[in-house]
Amino acid sequence: VKNQASAPPKLATWFLHWFLRHDLAEDVSGDLAERFYTYAENRSLFRAKLDYWYQVFAYLRPFAIRKLSYANQNSIPMFQSYFTTLVRGMKKNKLHAVINIAGLSVGMAVAIIIGLWIKDEVSYERHFDKYEKIGRVLQHVTNNEQVGTWWAVPWPLAEELRTDYGDNFRHVVLTRGADDHIVSYEDKTLTQIGTFAESDFAELFTLEMIHGSRQALSDPSSLIISETLAKAYFGDANPMGEVMTVDKYMTVHVAGVYKDIPDHSELANIHFVAAWELLYNQTPWIKNMHNPWRPNAFTLYVGIADNHSFEQVSANIRDAVLKNLNRELAKRKPALFVHPMAKWHLYSGFKNGHQAGGLITYVWLFAIIAGFVVLMACINFMNLSTARSEKRAREVGIRKAIGSLRSQLIQQFFSESIVTALFSFVVALLIVQLSLPAFNLFAVKNTALPWGDGTLWLYGVGLCVFIGILSGSYPAIYLSSIAPGKALKGVFKATRFSTMPRKVMVIVQFAVSVVMIIGTAVVFQQIQYAKDRPIGYDTNGLVSVQSNSNELHNHIDVVKEELVGAGVITDLAEADAPTTESWSTTSMFDWEGKDPDLSVDFANIGVSTEYGRTIGWEITQGRDFNRKFVSDSLGLIINETAANYMGLKEPVGATIFWYKEPYHVVGVVKDIVIQSPFEPVRPTFYFINRGAGGHMLFKIPLDRPMQEALTEIQRVYKKYNPGDPFNFQFIDEAYARKFGNEERVGKLAGVFTSLVILVSCLGIFGLSSFVAEQRTKEIGIRKVHGASVFQLWKMVSKDFVVLVLISCAVALPVAWHLATKWVNRYGYHVDISWLILLLGAICIIMLTILTVSWHTLQAAKMNPVKSLRAE
Amino acid sequence: MIETRLGEFEEVILLITGILPKGDAYALKIADEFKRQTGRDVSIGAVHSTLDRLEQKGFVKSELGEATAVRGGKRKRIFTITALGKRVLQEAMDFRISLWKQYPLLAGKLSFNYRM
Repeated sequence: VKNQASAPPKLATWFLHWFLRHDLAEDVSGDLAERFYTYAENRSLFRAKLDYWYQVFAYLRPFAIRKLSYANQNSIPMFQSYFTTLVRGMKKNKLHAVINIAGLSVGMAVAIIIGLWIKDEVSYERHFDKYEKIGRVLQHVTNNEQVGTWWAVPWPLAEELRTDYGDNFRHVVLTRGADDHIVSYEDKTLTQIGTFAESDFAELFTLEMIHGSRQALSDPSSLIISETLAKAYFGDANPMGEVMTVDKYMTVHVAGVYKDIPDHSELANIHFVAAWELLYNQTPWIKNMHNPWRPNAFTLYVGIADNHSFEQVSANIRDAVLKNLNRELAKRKPALFVHPMAKWHLYSGFKNGHQAGGLITYVWLFAIIAGFVVLMACINFMNLSTARSEKRAREVGIRKAIGSLRSQLIQQFFSESIVTALFSFVVALLIVQLSLPAFNLFAVKNTALPWGDGTLWLYGVGLCVFIGILSGSYPAIYLSSIAPGKALKGVFKATRFSTMPRKVMVIVQFAVSVVMIIGTAVVFQQIQYAKDRPIGYDTNGLVSVQSNSNELHNHIDVVKEELVGAGVITDLAEADAPTTESWSTTSMFDWEGKDPDLSVDFANIGVSTEYGRTIGWEITQGRDFNRKFVSDSLGLIINETAANYMGLKEPVGATIFWYKEPYHVVGVVKDIVIQSPFEPVRPTFYFINRGAGGHMLFKIPLDRPMQEALTEIQRVYKKYNPGDPFNFQFIDEAYARKFGNEERVGKLAGVFTSLVILVSCLGIFGLSSFVAEQRTKEIGIRKVHGASVFQLWKMVSKDFVVLVLISCAVALPVAWHLATKWVNRYGYHVDISWLILLLGAICIIMLTILTVSWHTLQAAKMNPVKSLRAE
Repeated sequence: MIETRLGEFEEVILLITGILPKGDAYALKIADEFKRQTGRDVSIGAVHSTLDRLEQKGFVKSELGEATAVRGGKRKRIFTITALGKRVLQEAMDFRISLWKQYPLLAGKLSFNYRM
């Protein structure tokens, strides 16, 4: 008389029987049913059901729960057995074992090295107390119709922020920016990198003081120096109170010594800090600025208040510069923001007023590569294990027949893959240890394996288990599902369906390889393209010498005569920057027909008349500067980009106003690549600077031994300027350094790509050995029927080539898309041609054929008598 | 080693097992009787778990009894007190009484004179 609706909840009953001891099943379910029906009758059905559930859960007691019937077995011998099976399997299949371990260890080694590199990169600026509240004030400005980001600000901004926006900040520290200075003590004179900063500098960056206090800089005549600098000048003596001079005219006394700022910081190279006030008082151009809001030449660090976020502060101070500008300067619409210290190193790129790019791109790029290499190795492991499944099917069958549970088999395969992974990890550590010195050289790093660091081992073991589970998952599930009856009868055959995942994985592997090979090729192509770019002058034999004083300038003609006479140089010029850099830009530039609302930013370089001749530039219109024309002191030479930008129909002779003063264009020069060779040339003009430029350019004839010429130049330099150190650089080397970053990335990408391809090839090498072995009989029979070695080779290789062709079809669009995206980051870039895509694909196909051929040829060449006689 | 001490809840369950008429001493009925006697709710599982423990200690034994329709045709597990169980109950009571007798307020005013 009970209908279905008034029966105990099925789910609860099912659950009860799922966990309940078998011998209790009958009476317990009886009791619960009796209680249920009594309740259902006397109370409500709902109450009865609720009570039933409650009673079921109340049976979740140790005595009532079914013992996992196998849990009480001693499982250690079982694991020993797994281990023995693994070792035997490896011995029997040495090739596969080597491929597995080699692949996995290479993959892990790459992952570890990349991990170390990333760890190093993200550790920048992290050692300052309160680094998460320190920032630098930058500005987005609109110039030449583009939004750019300036790292420098006008100096009165510091005071402005303190007075009008004071509650946003803990500290506001104006500095001159780190720069080379001549620092002397008694008769010792060296060039040192240092800065001039307001007194809170030491407090903001929590410098660790060895001598003196952090407040030392509040005395304008004081100087604080790094431990290294103290060693260099004073040895072990106490430097406190000693008198030093900076740039030969600023006399200061040492009021503090701080521990060197750690390497992983933008500030690491600052070895002395003098007071901003000192610089201000002794530098006429700063002190007597006509409009101090105009020049953006100073670095401003801030510590924001604890209860403010960077976003809030950035929003608050946005217009702090703008509101102080005159109508003319306001056209560039400066928008201030605070760049947090934690982002200085990795997120230093800006595009159109937004953070974009920077090192973080490479961190991601390499992290993805590391992931792929590991994935490749895992795929190899999976493919080889499932490929051998027919062989292992018997083992699985027997194990199951003697009573192995599926869960135990899964356990077995996972333990196999984890043990293999652990073993590979040990090999990987060896590889890392051996290749780190080379990597450090490559990446200009100083990373080491932190052997004593617990986290390394934690991550290592974690990685092993992860890789073990990832690579063991498919074999574990697939192999453990084999039906023992079939396996033992020997009718178990891998079905078409079972080879599908394997094929898909090979396709994935090769698709990644194709993308990477094309990517690397494009990187190198781009670098080469930029290197082949005409740079507008001749860097060969060009040497730039810094000269901070007037002495050499005052004797420039004598110096030149002496050196040219000795035949060590052909020409000598002065400029306010070496040809590979330009430090000055101007917005106060007007010409006829200029849109009055347009804000411009032209690079300008002050040069001596011989400049063009010395560097070998190419005048395309008009003429070069000439000493004979006195009017050239108000003459300009503009580059082609500037001429185009201004849209002058007849540039030569045109009048241009610079700070409202009329200049005339005497010539147009072919574009000179001054800054990044990957970016378009900026509008630039050159003007005659009669004063000392600060840089001397010597053109050494190529037939002259460089060393001899330099010694002679140094001798003459010292003769006229005995007080200053002789600092020189070769312009061709300085120019080559502009490629440093790209070349480093290119080389690293090259190495990693080769490794990915190596691992992929290892994989199909293993698979082909397996296929060749499996098809031995077929090949024998075909051979007996007259198939040639070539036909057989073609037949077996075809399967692999088809897979790789599919990979290419998948990979090419992806590669094209990524390469285009990457290349477009550069203003001056190659166009991705289909040729490079094709080459990449052909490369991979050739590699596949070569790899596969080893085994297929062996199988094809085998004497059929032998292959058919077996069994 | 067999645990021979009797917990309070165990003692009550053991007593109720003895109180119930033979054939009615199964987990569900014991739980119901417990509720009736003490007013406290207890799950069948908790009772069963105690009975299981008592059985392991050798104080009760169990066998499968009759099946009824209301139980969905499932048999009952009937528990009966063993001789050892009876002795343990007796000892527990004696121990209490000896304690009560030493309790100064009531000393001499109580008389316990029944035996099982």
